[in-house]
Formats: sequence, structure tokens, C-alpha cells
Amino acid sequence: MADELTSLTIAQARIGLAKKDFTASELADAHLAAMERARALNAYVLETPERASAMARAADARIAKGAAGPLEGIPLAVKDLFATENVRTTASSRILGNFSPAYESSVTENLWRDGAVLLGKTNCDEFAMGSSNETSAFGPVVSPWRRKGKNTPLVPGGSSGGSAAAVAAHLALGAIGTDTGGSIRQPASFTGIVGMKPTYGRCSRWGIVAFASSLDQAGPFARTVRDSAILLRSMAGYDPKDATSVDTPVPDYEAAVGKSIRGMRIGIPKEYRIEGMPEEIERLWQQGGEWLKAAGAELVEVSLPHTRYALPAYYIVAPAEASSNLARYDGVRYGLRAPGKDVIGMYEKTRAEGFGSEVRRRIMIGTYVLSAGYYDAYYLRAQKVRTLIKQDFDNCFRTGIHAMLTPATPSAAFGIGEKGTADPIEMYLNDVFTVTVNMAGLPGISVPAGLDAQGLPLGLQLIGRPFGEESLLALGQVIEKAAGIFSPKTWW
Amino acid sequence: MSVDAATVRRIAHLARIAVAEEEVEHLRGEINAILAFVEQLSEVDVHGVEPMTSVTPMKMKRRPDRVTAGGDPDSVLRNAPAREGNFFVVPKVVE
Repeated sequence: MADELTSLTIAQARIGLAKKDFTASELADAHLAAMERARALNAYVLETPERASAMARAADARIAKGAAGPLEGIPLAVKDLFATENVRTTASSRILGNFSPAYESSVTENLWRDGAVLLGKTNCDEFAMGSSNETSAFGPVVSPWRRKGKNTPLVPGGSSGGSAAAVAAHLALGAIGTDTGGSIRQPASFTGIVGMKPTYGRCSRWGIVAFASSLDQAGPFARTVRDSAILLRSMAGYDPKDATSVDTPVPDYEAAVGKSIRGMRIGIPKEYRIEGMPEEIERLWQQGGEWLKAAGAELVEVSLPHTRYALPAYYIVAPAEASSNLARYDGVRYGLRAPGKDVIGMYEKTRAEGFGSEVRRRIMIGTYVLSAGYYDAYYLRAQKVRTLIKQDFDNCFRTGIHAMLTPATPSAAFGIGEKGTADPIEMYLNDVFTVTVNMAGLPGISVPAGLDAQGLPLGLQLIGRPFGEESLLALGQVIEKAAGIFSPKTWW
Repeated sequence: MSVDAATVRRIAHLARIAVAEEEVEHLRGEINAILAFVEQLSEVDVHGVEPMTSVTPMKMKRRPDRVTAGGDPDSVLRNAPAREGNFFVVPKVVE
């Protein structure tokens, strides 16, 4: 029974709860037990069993009264980048220590408003800076997936690695994460689940630990496209507390799932055919196009000429914004404090001890590119390149392209410790297909499309027009229907 | 462009991150690798291109300028590493 409960989709659980086949408390307990058995994965940095039980009991009471919300009793995992009231929030950094927010992030508040249940906070790269979850102060997350016949521990991707692993390993029915350069779509691809980054401004950023404010966006992880639609509908919406959140009505995303894609024009950007891309990924990409064509879409080769500049521009813009956002961690108001001989010494020691090496490196890069004499050469130029990247997309959409189809990642998941130790750029290249979407503020979804020869999941990415989430869900569902759903074998 | 050891120390100080002398060379290498990577941007013709300031074309909303929260020093100070009464305590700043 317990295994059956953790294997449900959100859509199935919703029906089961409504029919009283099981209670929200039973559903939460089944997940809490699964989480306990899966601690070797290190997906959660904090389990919140007491809160989960209390929230599930309250959900059961509302169901009994006939007052169930859209997510009533659905147990979810939350990336430890979202502030949760009175629940330790760390961004997987030592510098936040035992920070206990006095407030709730707007996105999580929306989930609780709709009846969802918090299972715990998930591991992530420190301040969401990473593509493998290896920069976390709590140690790496181990992917629930393994190569065929091997037991080498693999990364789940990052930065939202814990959320992705939790959903893939059935330790939550769904999860939320954040995506600044690919931090939802890349781990979703590595773990064989669906991950979506909405249009910039669709979800409020209020109460999310800031990394790069012009790029950060919250989004859902789920095992099906429909479940992603259900979660996004609750997460999205205008928030007066975030001046960049957009005041347009939230559509019924679920209604888009299963809609016909007949007549949709899908761009295949030729610049995404990069050198050294494994043949399996190239084949899968073509296969994805065939699936969409068979469902009535038209494939059009398009050009996004500035694609190759997106990653270098990102590594100026994101560190620059991070260096500014992370200036607040000074050992005065919260978190870690290391004693120094004066106030400057205290700042410097606190930040040296509190930040991990990747975060320190990015703050320093950001500080440099914003410093006097270098601002124009680096930051201003990168922001101009960003305009060109967005124009590339605008030009394609103007010719009637509804969405683009690309691979989600240039490779399948790799082993823990395999990448980026000698050269940070090697790790950065993971985001080559996803980062353009953040630079242009567009919505993107990663949908599992197959397994490689080693038995590891590979995803395809769909990129939409601004606020084109519904098209992405309709298209994503076509891929899901053709490719099927992928689950790792339990070994933990 | 590449940075030398003195620049690394200067950036670290601007960023308020203590860097031990033996870390400088390693950091210099890493920072230069990233600067070499972003160097490709110099080949893009950005003449007459406006820098991006907002990724979604929208008008910033206005709101009345009034106090909406506050008066709760305990929740402001609850995470302070050092406090005295309703104050954060910091090392001596003014002699």
C-alpha cells in the first residue's frame, strides 16, 4: 500500500483523496517512511515530519468538509532556497547557518493556500550555483539512477538536485525548484522527470534566496506533464511584493494538457547542433521532432545566431548580480559570524568561512566585472549581447514559430566528482542549451524522452514564447505519450 | 584580459572575502580561465545595441508609499548572531 501511494501521480492522488480511498495523512506517512529509507540519497537537507503530519490532518479535515483546495493533501518537497516560516532555510550554505525565516515565500504560501503538504526542504547547490548539486554545504545528492550494471554514484544535476532526486525516487509527489540558467530543466533531464521554468515574472520571486534576480524563476518538478501543469497553476500569479511579477491572469494550465498540437510550427534551431554532442542525443532530438510531426505539428529549421554567446554572457551577468545580492551576508543580522579584529575583518572572515569555493569564485568574478574601469567592457557588453539573444528568439516567433525543440542537456548524468574539479568551465557547459532561455526570459520545459545506451534518462527541451506555457504543456504531453514514463530501480 | 595577484587581492578585498596568501595563485588561475571564456563576447558586434534592462516589456507598477510592516523587533532580531536588547551588536566601528 505504502509503495503504491508514493508511486501515484498528483492527478491520481487527487482522485484517490476525493474518493476517500486513502487519507492525506496516509499519503504523507507513506512519503515520510520512503524518505527515511532513502537518506543515502541525501535529497533532503531537512525533513519536516511534524509539520507534514499537521498539514495532512488539516487537509483531511478540509476534504471531509468538502472544502478541498486544488492541491489538497498533496505532499511536496521544497528546494531549500525558498524561505519557509519557522522552518530552517539555508540555500545549502554554511553562511545561513540555522536561519529561521519569520516569513513565508509567496510561491510556497500559494501551495499551502491550495492545500499542499510540506515534506521537507531539499538539497541544492550552494545559493543555486552549480549544475551537479556538488557545491552544497550538506554534501552531494546521489542520483536514484545508476548506469546499467554499475554502482558508480551519479549526480542528479543541479542546482535543484535534491528536488529532482526526491521526485524521481518517489520521495514526494512533486517538488519545486528554481532555475537561473537551467537549474530545473537540467536535473529534470538527468533524473527522467518533467521540469519547467516558467516565463520570467510568472511566479513571484519574493522570499526566494536571491542568486541573479533578472534570471531567477521558480518552477515545478513532477513525474508527468499534467502534474507539472497542476503545480504551476498554484505557484503562478501576480504578487505585489515582487515588482517584476506579472499581473496577468493564470490560465488553467491543466486544460492545455492533451490539447491538439495540429498546425503548430516548431522551430529546430540549427545552432543547438553542437560539436561533440553524443549521437544518441542527436538521434533522440530527431525522434522528438518525428513525434511532434506525427501529432500534426510542422517542423521548421530556424537560426538563433547568438546562441553560442549566451553562456559567456551568462557568466558575466549572473555573477555580477550574485555579487550584489550576496553582499547581504555580512555576519550582522543572521547566519554565521566569524570574529575579526574590526568590523571589516569580521565581514571578510565571515564570508571566507561561510561561502564555499564556487560561491566565492562567482562573487569575485562579479565584483571584478562591475568594478571601476571594467563595467563597460564586461557587464554592459554582456547586457547588449543579452538583447541580441532575445532578438534572435523574437525574430523566430515573429515568423509564426510557436515553440522550439532542442536537447535539454549535452550529455546524460555524470559521476560525482567527474567534472569541473580542474576546470570550472567544464561544469558550466552543462547549461549550454538551457541558459539561453533564462537570458531571454522565456518559458522552457524539459520532458524525459528516452534512455541512453547506459540506461540513463535523457530529456528534450521545448522553449516557448513569453507566457506560452500552455503550448509547452500541450507539446510536452505529446512527447511524454510517445516516449513513456521512466523510473529508476530502487537500490537504496 | 587577465588578472595578476595584486588584482586578485584587490577584488577579494572589494568583495569582503578574506583570501589567504597561498590561495591567491589558484584563484588567479580560475578567474583567468573564466575571463578567457567570456572573452569571446568581444567578437560580437554590439554597435547601436541597447543593453537589456528588463527581460519582459512591462510598466513598473506604482504603490502608495506607506508603512506596511514593522514594529516587530523580535522577528527582525531573532536570527542575529549577537544582539543586545533591540540592537544588533557589531565590532567597534568608530574609535
